[in-house]
Amino acid sequence: MMITPAAPSLAGSIAAKMKPPSRFGDKAFEWLTLAMALAVVGLVFLVGWQLARGSSLAIQRFGFHFLTTSTWDPVAEQFGALPFIYGTVVSSLLALIIAVPLSIATAVYLTELAPVWIRQPLVSLIEMLAAIPSVILGLWGIFVMIPWLRDHPFPFLKKLFGWTPFFSGPIYGVSMLAGGIIIAIMILPIVTSVSREILRSVPNLQREAAYALGATRWEVTRIAVLSYAKKGLFGAVILGLGRALGETMAVTMVIGNTPQIAASLFAPGYTLASVIANEFTEATTDMYLQALFEIGLVLFGITILANLVAQLLLKTMTTKMTSRVAQ
Amino acid sequence: MIETPAALRPSVAHERAKSIMPSSESNTTPLPTFEVSNLSIWYGEKPAIQDVTINIPSKTITAIIGPSGCGKSTFLRCLNRMHELIPRTRIEGKVLFQGQDLYSPGSDPTVVRRRIGMVFQKSNPFPTMSIAENVVIGLKLNGVRNRTLLDERLENSLRMAALWDEVKDDLRKPGMSLSGGQQQRLCIARAIAVEPEVLLMDEPASALDPIATMKVEELIHELSAKYTIVIVTHNMQQASRVSDRTAFFYVGKLIEFGETTEIFAAPKEKKTEDYITGRFG
Repeated sequence: MMITPAAPSLAGSIAAKMKPPSRFGDKAFEWLTLAMALAVVGLVFLVGWQLARGSSLAIQRFGFHFLTTSTWDPVAEQFGALPFIYGTVVSSLLALIIAVPLSIATAVYLTELAPVWIRQPLVSLIEMLAAIPSVILGLWGIFVMIPWLRDHPFPFLKKLFGWTPFFSGPIYGVSMLAGGIIIAIMILPIVTSVSREILRSVPNLQREAAYALGATRWEVTRIAVLSYAKKGLFGAVILGLGRALGETMAVTMVIGNTPQIAASLFAPGYTLASVIANEFTEATTDMYLQALFEIGLVLFGITILANLVAQLLLKTMTTKMTSRVAQ
Repeated sequence: MIETPAALRPSVAHERAKSIMPSSESNTTPLPTFEVSNLSIWYGEKPAIQDVTINIPSKTITAIIGPSGCGKSTFLRCLNRMHELIPRTRIEGKVLFQGQDLYSPGSDPTVVRRRIGMVFQKSNPFPTMSIAENVVIGLKLNGVRNRTLLDERLENSLRMAALWDEVKDDLRKPGMSLSGGQQQRLCIARAIAVEPEVLLMDEPASALDPIATMKVEELIHELSAKYTIVIVTHNMQQASRVSDRTAFFYVGKLIEFGETTEIFAAPKEKKTEDYITGRFG
């Protein structure tokens, strides 16, 4: 027997006047959300496919050598992306090395230590940093940051660490390190605000547990907050990495745009995103354009790879915990 | 979010080893563990506790009962300065712990909390730590590194918390893998591992099923041989089962305090009688 909204004995009551629930709305909602979700996935595949199609000739002609050679000579139609790959990876890693400690420290300060009245203004300021257009940051980089770096921190670094290959060689100002620093500034707001949300989601009960054992504020942060939020913070870092890999305008303006692989961080470099931005308008031959498309494909691939590796790492972190539970 | 007032900020280097007060072991006449006089606490403008005066004797179980919002948890938390974690709290009056002022400028809240442990309503083991790590974390924080000593305290504390037999083969598993009742006993083990002198318990069994509750109550009873225990409960049967003395709080005031048997059999105040007979609250 079917269950009706109102028991038969309740005829005439308010329950009998209720409409049976509509199945249509539920179904429509389900399909709509499914379509939206698929559209996002579809978009990713479409971008990948378009990039692959746009670079098919270059892929055929250079094959794997595209990724392993360093010559970038549009006139001779010789294209190798290695210096760009190197530039993208190194500048992004530099950016992470600089930005992650800063961001997490800022987030810890904002959630754990700062007096309440200062929190909101600080958060707003950090979010404002995110709102600065990339090109303006680049201009600031060229006219303010680079001269300053060239005159003060770089010579100092060279004096201290000049004996290592990373800080040797002539100082021009425009450099891989300057690129890394500008990317760090660009990803700082997002990593900070995501980290802050994650730290805020740590239950107070965890903090109290640590305080009740006589922990100092640093100890509370360490044992109750940071270790609890570890996984989320890792996610924030990966989000930052994704941004860093694709960062274009500001980096292009300060990295020096020289396709070379130099150990020294003072030497200019070039990134995948920068070469596309710089050379698209000049790509007069088909093969040139194809090569730039392939650069795009490589960047797309690196970004996806970075995310996949991150997901995998996150999964092993999680399964390690759950398998310990299951034992 | 936890705010901490300026007084708690670790701007000065903590000298953990130096305790807030000299040990009072040589004292022959046992001091009350807590002597609270004219204590009032405000959250912002809102008074939470008004003019409470109470002496809590040593090595006994004192239950604090009262309807929700009567200030019993606040009172408990001001006994180890945990209420300071809530922003804009203000305190007046005196709390003496073994004769020493808990709130004197030289008293360090981290030291206070090391000597006066706490167990919370909801069990809160550290999720990234194993059972063993959870128990000894307090010792590690206090600089104990000796493996043998840590292992010894680990077993001792778990035995005292009546958990050893259930977990002795699973010490490396995460604390979160235990059942709710076991987690709460793990938290009790964690609290007693640092050998505090007092255990404050904030409704320690209210989230547990009857069997787990029974175990925790038995445990409280056994612990009272070694520790002064103050337990907040909204369960009057529990108060009458476990405690030696009972304090009844109502809208921030201490209405009545006495032997548990007396409070439940012949309360002096009308309010107490109304409450324990279930006429309100």
